[in-house]
Amino acid sequence: MIHVRGLQKAYQGVSVLTEIDFDVKRGEFFGIIGPNGSGKSTLLKMISSVIAPDAGEITLADKPLARYTRKELARILAVLEQEGLPPVGFRVREVLEMGRFPYQNWLGEEKDDVTPLIEEIMQLLGLVPLAERTLDQLSGGEKQRVALGKALVQKPQLLLLDEPTTYLDIGYQIQLMDIVRKWQKTTQVTVVAVLHDLNLASLYCDRILMLHKGVQIGVGTPQDMLQTDKIEAVYGTRPIVMEHPVHHLPQIMLQSRA
Amino acid sequence: MKKQLLLWGGASSLILLASAVVSISMGAASLPLSQVWLILLHQLPGMSDLVAVTWPDSSEQIVMKVRFPRVILAILVGACLSLAGAGFQGVLRNPLADPFTMGVASGAAVGAAFLILFGLQFAFLGEWSTPVVAFLTGLCSLWIVLSLAKTQGKLQTETLILSGVVIQAFLGSLVSFMVSLSNQTVNEIVFWLMGSLSFRGWAFTYVLIPYVLIGVIVLVGYARSLNLFALGERQAAHLGVNVDKTKLIILLVSTLLTAAAVSISGIIGFVGLVVPHLVRMLVGPDHRILLPMSAIGGGIYVLWADTLARMLLVPTEIPLGVVTAFLGAPFFAYLLKQNKRTGRR
Repeated sequence: MIHVRGLQKAYQGVSVLTEIDFDVKRGEFFGIIGPNGSGKSTLLKMISSVIAPDAGEITLADKPLARYTRKELARILAVLEQEGLPPVGFRVREVLEMGRFPYQNWLGEEKDDVTPLIEEIMQLLGLVPLAERTLDQLSGGEKQRVALGKALVQKPQLLLLDEPTTYLDIGYQIQLMDIVRKWQKTTQVTVVAVLHDLNLASLYCDRILMLHKGVQIGVGTPQDMLQTDKIEAVYGTRPIVMEHPVHHLPQIMLQSRA
Repeated sequence: MKKQLLLWGGASSLILLASAVVSISMGAASLPLSQVWLILLHQLPGMSDLVAVTWPDSSEQIVMKVRFPRVILAILVGACLSLAGAGFQGVLRNPLADPFTMGVASGAAVGAAFLILFGLQFAFLGEWSTPVVAFLTGLCSLWIVLSLAKTQGKLQTETLILSGVVIQAFLGSLVSFMVSLSNQTVNEIVFWLMGSLSFRGWAFTYVLIPYVLIGVIVLVGYARSLNLFALGERQAAHLGVNVDKTKLIILLVSTLLTAAAVSISGIIGFVGLVVPHLVRMLVGPDHRILLPMSAIGGGIYVLWADTLARMLLVPTEIPLGVVTAFLGAPFFAYLLKQNKRTGRR
């Protein structure tokens, strides 16, 4: 689905990313982890074509990213941002309908009736009771669900998540990630997620890319990547890694040194 | 959505029509409302035979030569300013953006004042020359404001408004300088600058009509993109909007509308700020309804402001800009207070 080759980016002479190479397979849940300032958000912004790389190439669905128009890209790729949606006066249903923009002609019309699609997604996300509410009346968790709904309405082949659980408490975090995984199972969508919670990354990602100061440390399964030495080298703290009793995936526990 | 647009559009058009007729009947010589209706109906193609002439010729002269063109001009100027305000606010996602805070109106005013100072209002292009020159100088000031505000290739909304204010102050002093330069024409520039719609005749109306049409068509065509802008520029980009191109087109068209209005009636403040706000409170944030309703609402607003301007101190006229600022500023303060919490209603 995505091929990234020799990617580089620098801001005013300071290198942010160097020599990034990886592939993401169709239908995969791919995680990007790394400490603050490691360049993971920059990498995601390059995949969504908001910023251009200085060198290297990204190929998306067998076509170089630079050759897509914004509208073509929006039919393949949807992004769920960290910040969520601003408190504007649009209703939840109106915001979801905006997800159809890349498919509409200049009159705002589309060939097929999209109401069933929007209803289905509102059901999936539990947004039906909120449909007529405006964004400024919603909580952070609710707004993030609306933002996800808008991204799903785009019917993307690739869904990019930029630290989507940052401002959510644990109940909403699991809920959001479960919805994404459920949707992935029915639509075979590829998911690339920047995550800062390593335990969440382990639970949901098939493979994980670890970044440190703009350099790619490695790509591998959660078992490969979430090892005590690697985490200590990158994050500067030595955690205890244990196996999750139910999911049998690595989970980390922090240790205080004081 | 379409039903809502028809409903609001129909209702506001009726209010606009009624306002126009009432305004025409008012003046130094007061005319009966029914007479105004009949005179206007008489002018419609195919109606002249059906409506018998029951009014004195002087009434028809007053209506058709003096008041009707002025009313139409007021409506068009209001529509221009209000659309421009809605465009600037939408694309910059800033409720304080309007033709004036952006420095565009002052830029246009510099060009127009220059022409008046040297008596060139009708040189080169006839009645088109002032709007064209005002558009060019308005565009220049917009360009300066934008390049001042641009940091690392990005436009920050706050810096943009700030540079708009700076440029506006500078250009305002330029206009004042031109006022002090001219001896005989002082009153003309000053009165034009404060905003007036008197003695403009039909020629100016014909000049404004294409501007309003272009403005409405282009801006409404971009209404859905503007809705996406409301969620943030990056959100809009992710949904397939070509952000830079859309921004440029909307800024250009809004400048064009501002220049057209300013060159004909001087600086009429607060229309582009107050009307879109008021309309937003009534119909919500959807630009597909907001933009056409702002055009009609701006027409109604300036029509009544102008009626007040010519009626309040009869036979003296108050500058229209004074009236709109007098009505607009306190009203805007009230809106600000009321609207702080609620986004939609």
